[in-house]
Amino acid sequence: MVELERLHMSALNVIDLHTHERGPYSLCIAPGECVSLRGDSGSGKSLLLRAIADLDPHDGQVLLNDISCTQFTAPQWRKQVALLPAESQWWQDEVGAHFPIEECPWLEPLGFDTETMHWQVSRLSSGEKQRLALARLLMNKPRILLLDEPTASLDNDNVVAVEKLIEKYRCDTAAAVLWVSHDTQQAARVGDRHLQLTTEGIREYAA
Amino acid sequence: MIMLSAVDLSLAAGLVLAMAALSWRMQLGLSGQLLIAGTRTVVQLLLIGLVLKALFANVDLLWVAGISLVMLLAAGREVMARQQRRFTGWWGFGMGTGAMFISSFAITILALTTMVATDPWYDPQYAVPLLGMLLGNTMSGIALALDRLTTTAWQQRAIIEQRLMLGAPRLDAIAEIRREAMRSGMMPIINSMAAAGLVSLPGMMTGQILAGTPPLEAVKYQILIMFLISAGTGFGVTAALWLASKRLFDDRHRLRLDKLTGPRN
Repeated sequence: MVELERLHMSALNVIDLHTHERGPYSLCIAPGECVSLRGDSGSGKSLLLRAIADLDPHDGQVLLNDISCTQFTAPQWRKQVALLPAESQWWQDEVGAHFPIEECPWLEPLGFDTETMHWQVSRLSSGEKQRLALARLLMNKPRILLLDEPTASLDNDNVVAVEKLIEKYRCDTAAAVLWVSHDTQQAARVGDRHLQLTTEGIREYAA
Repeated sequence: MIMLSAVDLSLAAGLVLAMAALSWRMQLGLSGQLLIAGTRTVVQLLLIGLVLKALFANVDLLWVAGISLVMLLAAGREVMARQQRRFTGWWGFGMGTGAMFISSFAITILALTTMVATDPWYDPQYAVPLLGMLLGNTMSGIALALDRLTTTAWQQRAIIEQRLMLGAPRLDAIAEIRREAMRSGMMPIINSMAAAGLVSLPGMMTGQILAGTPPLEAVKYQILIMFLISAGTGFGVTAALWLASKRLFDDRHRLRLDKLTGPRN
């Protein structure tokens, strides 16, 4: 009964997902909920996120508000089920060229200003890239955030800024968040529930 | 026209032999290759000379179609052989060959029926050399463009996937790479059009002039050929890149580099 209830109200629902000969993985996240995910390196966290974002071939079902991934075109799906990879990529010279429009409300809370849009990508630090990649991702107004160690290369102040911003975005838009983190303290801080990825599948644990 | 005798050719062959001897003395390790390549030139050209002679004597659409097919398949094999990473399975051969078939054959037939207007339109004296020049140039363009597309896609896989993650459709995610590939496929013909007459006298025109054609007639033919080649290469490269760009992804807009073979050494 509990399972059914949760299924009904989940924003993201992953059922028996197999990818790259791993799985089956099942998980669900309610609207506005943040779930942390941990696992040893090589346990397939990134592969799981890639499969949920439909970047890799997979079996099983992924549902957004009870609508199957296959009902969306792939670009539509990825705009709503947004993956922030551990390492972001930039292909234009200027930061602003990677954003759909110049006005980005997420710059200021992350410690940037409008001038940032004219910065050269080649001169960004890894921490700046990581924060700007988050701002860029939020421009699509995603309903699910799949975050792959989003604060790995940030100093403490910026870790706080990023955690705050994601919290605010989640509350304002009722987005569901799946947050991969190696940092158990961070996981306890940001997560409403906690998942561990093992070779057998996904199990929930108490923080 | 001055006919060449066996003695004339032997004199030229003597030069190659002399070069091979020099290479052997200097231990360049080129003499073997040089002699084999020279022998291949003699045998292959004599054979095609005999084939053309027979073809010209019996003007028959079936024979022309047959030799065209052989030329197309040879060009397709060449395109495939020049790829660092080619598509697996039938696509590796079919993609370039299909694109060449569409562009070269369409342009050749158009030229034969309207501009050159031979009678019959498949007259092998015009059809075979025309198709040969178109295929040869389209082949180089497609081989360069496909190789550029697949190797760049391989190197920039992270960027392509980042763009997909942000919701770009597959053809947008690879647009710049495709444009670069198009440019490298078209560059040789653009260069040779720009340099024609100033830096080099094009081979076909030189041949016609040597054979006694008035220079201006030879020039007109050369201009026609250049235009046909640039259009043929352009359409061929466009078609090949369109097919290849789509083939690099699946219908869920996922980058599928597993459809490419490993690097060739």
